[in-house]
Amino acid sequence: MTVSVRIPTILRGHTDGAKTVPGEGATLGDLLADLDSRHAGLSDRIVENGALRRYVNVYVDDSDVRFTGGLDTPLSEGASVTILPAVAGG
Amino acid sequence: MVTSALVAAIWAHARRDHPDEACGVLAGPADGDRPVRHIPMLNAARSPSFYEFDSADLLALYRDLDDRGEVPTVVYHSHTATEAYPSRTDIALASEPDAHYVLVSTRGPSDDEFRSYRIVDGIVTEEEVRVTDQPRVE
Repeated sequence: MTVSVRIPTILRGHTDGAKTVPGEGATLGDLLADLDSRHAGLSDRIVENGALRRYVNVYVDDSDVRFTGGLDTPLSEGASVTILPAVAGG
Repeated sequence: MVTSALVAAIWAHARRDHPDEACGVLAGPADGDRPVRHIPMLNAARSPSFYEFDSADLLALYRDLDDRGEVPTVVYHSHTATEAYPSRTDIALASEPDAHYVLVSTRGPSDDEFRSYRIVDGIVTEEEVRVTDQPRVE
Protein backbone atom coordinates (compact mmCIF):
# COMPACT_ATOMS: atom_id res chain seq x y z
CA MET A 1 0.00 0.00 0.00
CA THR A 2 1.31 3.41 -0.90
CA VAL A 3 0.34 6.15 1.51
CA SER A 4 1.30 9.76 2.17
CA VAL A 5 2.74 10.75 5.52
CA ARG A 6 2.61 14.22 7.06
CA ILE A 7 5.81 14.89 8.99
CA PRO A 8 5.71 17.42 11.86
CA THR A 9 8.15 20.33 11.92
CA ILE A 10 10.29 18.85 14.66
CA LEU A 11 10.97 15.67 12.63
CA ARG A 12 11.63 17.30 9.26
CA GLY A 13 15.36 17.12 9.89
CA HIS A 14 14.93 13.44 9.02
CA THR A 15 13.18 14.20 5.71
CA ASP A 16 15.36 16.98 4.27
CA GLY A 17 12.69 19.43 5.33
CA ALA A 18 9.84 17.68 3.50
CA LYS A 19 6.43 18.17 5.08
CA THR A 20 4.91 15.18 3.29
CA VAL A 21 6.67 12.00 2.21
CA PRO A 22 5.41 8.84 0.49
CA GLY A 23 5.72 5.43 2.14
CA GLU A 24 4.75 1.79 1.78
CA GLY A 25 3.33 -0.76 4.16
CA ALA A 26 0.44 -3.07 4.92
CA THR A 27 0.40 -1.86 8.51
CA LEU A 28 1.60 1.21 10.35
CA GLY A 29 4.54 -0.78 11.74
CA ASP A 30 5.57 -1.79 8.21
CA LEU A 31 5.26 1.81 7.07
CA LEU A 32 7.53 3.10 9.84
CA ALA A 33 10.16 0.49 8.93
CA ASP A 34 9.92 1.55 5.29
CA LEU A 35 10.23 5.24 6.19
CA ASP A 36 13.21 4.53 8.43
CA SER A 37 15.02 2.84 5.53
CA ARG A 38 15.06 6.18 3.71
CA HIS A 39 14.82 8.61 6.65
CA ALA A 40 17.23 7.18 9.19
CA GLY A 41 16.28 7.71 12.81
CA LEU A 42 12.68 8.70 12.11
CA SER A 43 11.16 5.54 13.56
CA ASP A 44 12.99 5.94 16.88
CA ARG A 45 11.32 9.29 17.35
CA ILE A 46 7.90 7.66 17.07
CA VAL A 47 8.36 4.16 18.54
CA GLU A 48 9.97 3.09 21.78
CA ASN A 49 10.31 -0.50 22.98
CA GLY A 50 8.01 -1.73 20.24
CA ALA A 51 5.14 0.65 20.99
CA LEU A 52 4.16 4.18 20.07
CA ARG A 53 5.70 6.84 22.27
CA ARG A 54 3.25 8.27 24.76
CA TYR A 55 3.54 11.85 23.50
CA VAL A 56 3.46 11.20 19.77
CA ASN A 57 0.09 10.94 18.07
CA VAL A 58 -0.29 9.04 14.80
CA TYR A 59 -3.46 9.12 12.76
CA VAL A 60 -4.51 7.02 9.79
CA ASP A 61 -7.00 9.14 7.91
CA ASP A 62 -9.23 10.49 10.70
CA SER A 63 -8.44 7.94 13.41
CA ASP A 64 -5.90 8.04 16.21
CA VAL A 65 -4.16 4.66 15.86
CA ARG A 66 -4.29 4.13 19.63
CA PHE A 67 -7.90 3.15 19.02
CA THR A 68 -7.31 1.07 15.87
CA GLY A 69 -4.54 -1.35 16.81
CA GLY A 70 -1.47 0.81 17.26
CA LEU A 71 1.42 -0.35 15.09
CA ASP A 72 -0.77 -3.17 13.74
CA THR A 73 -3.25 -0.68 12.27
CA PRO A 74 -3.86 -1.73 8.65
CA LEU A 75 -3.27 0.78 5.86
CA SER A 76 -5.34 1.07 2.73
CA GLU A 77 -4.07 2.28 -0.63
CA GLY A 78 -3.88 6.05 -0.70
CA ALA A 79 -4.35 6.47 3.04
CA SER A 80 -3.24 9.68 4.71
CA VAL A 81 -1.02 9.19 7.74
CA THR A 82 -0.42 12.14 10.06
CA ILE A 83 2.24 12.27 12.75
CA LEU A 84 1.78 14.98 15.40
CA PRO A 85 3.66 15.36 18.65
CA ALA A 86 1.29 15.87 21.55
CA VAL A 87 0.92 19.47 22.65
CA ALA A 88 1.23 18.95 26.36
CA GLY A 89 3.05 20.03 29.47
CA GLY A 90 2.69 20.68 33.13
CA MET B 1 4.46 41.29 18.68
CA VAL B 2 0.94 40.39 19.73
CA THR B 3 -2.24 42.44 19.81
CA SER B 4 -3.82 43.44 23.11
CA ALA B 5 -7.02 41.72 21.97
CA LEU B 6 -5.24 38.36 21.66
CA VAL B 7 -3.55 38.87 25.03
CA ALA B 8 -6.96 39.60 26.57
CA ALA B 9 -8.42 36.47 24.95
CA ILE B 10 -5.71 34.30 26.54
CA TRP B 11 -6.31 35.84 29.95
CA ALA B 12 -10.06 35.35 29.67
CA HIS B 13 -9.56 31.68 28.80
CA ALA B 14 -7.04 31.15 31.62
CA ARG B 15 -9.33 32.80 34.20
CA ARG B 16 -12.35 30.86 32.94
CA ASP B 17 -10.64 27.47 33.28
CA HIS B 18 -8.88 28.21 36.58
CA PRO B 19 -8.12 26.18 38.75
CA ASP B 20 -7.43 23.85 35.82
CA GLU B 21 -4.74 24.77 33.33
CA ALA B 22 -6.01 26.38 30.13
CA CYS B 23 -4.26 25.83 26.79
CA GLY B 24 -4.52 26.92 23.19
CA VAL B 25 -2.91 28.46 20.16
CA LEU B 26 -2.54 31.80 18.47
CA ALA B 27 -2.37 31.03 14.77
CA GLY B 28 -0.63 33.15 12.19
CA PRO B 29 0.56 33.03 8.60
CA ALA B 30 3.33 30.49 7.99
CA ASP B 31 5.52 33.15 6.41
CA GLY B 32 5.30 35.64 9.25
CA ASP B 33 5.70 35.96 12.98
CA ARG B 34 2.46 37.73 13.87
CA PRO B 35 -0.40 35.72 15.35
CA VAL B 36 -3.82 36.76 14.07
CA ARG B 37 -6.30 34.24 15.46
CA HIS B 38 -7.07 32.82 18.92
CA ILE B 39 -7.93 29.14 19.09
CA PRO B 40 -8.75 27.99 22.64
CA MET B 41 -8.20 24.25 23.03
CA LEU B 42 -9.74 21.76 25.42
CA ASN B 43 -7.35 20.59 28.12
CA ALA B 44 -8.04 16.87 27.84
CA ALA B 45 -6.22 16.35 31.15
CA ARG B 46 -8.58 18.75 32.99
CA SER B 47 -5.89 19.19 35.60
CA PRO B 48 -4.48 22.01 37.71
CA SER B 49 -0.95 20.74 37.00
CA PHE B 50 -1.00 19.28 33.48
CA TYR B 51 -2.38 20.06 30.05
CA GLU B 52 -2.70 18.14 26.83
CA PHE B 53 -4.61 19.01 23.69
CA ASP B 54 -7.28 16.41 22.98
CA SER B 55 -6.00 14.01 20.31
CA ALA B 56 -8.88 14.41 17.85
CA ASP B 57 -8.90 18.18 18.36
CA LEU B 58 -5.16 18.24 17.67
CA LEU B 59 -5.63 16.59 14.27
CA ALA B 60 -8.49 18.94 13.39
CA LEU B 61 -6.40 21.93 14.45
CA TYR B 62 -3.41 21.05 12.28
CA ARG B 63 -5.60 20.25 9.28
CA ASP B 64 -7.28 23.62 9.64
CA LEU B 65 -3.93 25.40 9.99
CA ASP B 66 -2.55 23.57 6.94
CA ASP B 67 -5.63 24.47 4.89
CA ARG B 68 -5.24 28.14 5.79
CA GLY B 69 -1.46 28.25 5.32
CA GLU B 70 -1.08 28.99 9.01
CA VAL B 71 1.15 27.75 11.81
CA PRO B 72 0.82 27.74 15.61
CA THR B 73 2.78 30.98 16.05
CA VAL B 74 2.04 30.88 19.78
CA VAL B 75 1.30 27.85 21.95
CA TYR B 76 0.03 29.00 25.33
CA HIS B 77 -0.99 27.51 28.64
CA SER B 78 -1.59 28.67 32.18
CA HIS B 79 0.07 27.77 35.43
CA THR B 80 -2.48 27.99 38.19
CA ALA B 81 -0.30 27.90 41.31
CA THR B 82 3.24 28.67 40.15
CA GLU B 83 5.10 31.28 38.16
CA ALA B 84 4.74 31.68 34.41
CA TYR B 85 7.95 29.83 33.64
CA PRO B 86 8.22 26.49 31.76
CA SER B 87 8.15 23.47 34.05
CA ARG B 88 10.43 20.50 33.50
CA THR B 89 7.51 18.75 31.84
CA ASP B 90 6.90 21.75 29.57
CA ILE B 91 10.53 21.65 28.49
CA ALA B 92 10.62 17.88 27.98
CA LEU B 93 7.46 17.85 25.85
CA ALA B 94 7.95 21.04 23.84
CA SER B 95 7.75 19.97 20.21
CA GLU B 96 7.21 23.10 18.13
CA PRO B 97 10.69 24.59 17.69
CA ASP B 98 9.34 27.55 15.71
CA ALA B 99 6.60 28.48 18.21
CA HIS B 100 6.59 31.08 20.92
CA TYR B 101 5.58 29.31 24.11
CA VAL B 102 3.49 31.73 26.16
CA LEU B 103 2.80 31.08 29.83
CA VAL B 104 0.45 33.01 32.05
CA SER B 105 -0.03 32.52 35.76
CA THR B 106 -3.44 32.69 37.40
CA ARG B 107 -2.05 32.19 40.91
CA GLY B 108 -2.80 35.81 41.84
CA PRO B 109 -5.70 38.15 41.11
CA SER B 110 -3.93 40.43 38.63
CA ASP B 111 -3.27 39.71 34.97
CA ASP B 112 0.41 40.61 35.07
CA GLU B 113 2.36 37.39 34.48
CA PHE B 114 2.35 36.96 30.70
CA ARG B 115 5.70 35.65 29.48
CA SER B 116 7.03 34.13 26.28
CA TYR B 117 9.79 31.63 25.55
CA ARG B 118 11.45 29.63 22.85
CA ILE B 119 11.96 26.02 23.88
CA VAL B 120 14.32 24.16 21.55
CA ASP B 121 16.19 20.94 22.37
CA GLY B 122 15.60 21.43 26.07
CA ILE B 123 16.91 25.00 26.08
CA VAL B 124 14.57 27.74 27.33
CA THR B 125 15.11 31.29 26.09
CA GLU B 126 12.80 33.99 27.39
CA GLU B 127 11.86 36.72 24.94
CA GLU B 128 10.33 40.14 25.31
CA VAL B 129 6.57 40.36 24.80
CA ARG B 130 5.56 43.41 22.79
CA VAL B 131 1.86 44.20 22.86
CA THR B 132 0.25 46.48 20.31
CA ASP B 133 -3.23 47.93 20.05
CA GLN B 134 -2.96 47.87 16.30
CA PRO B 135 -4.06 44.87 14.28
CA ARG B 136 -1.53 43.44 11.89
CA VAL B 137 0.00 46.07 9.61
CA GLU B 138 2.43 44.83 6.99
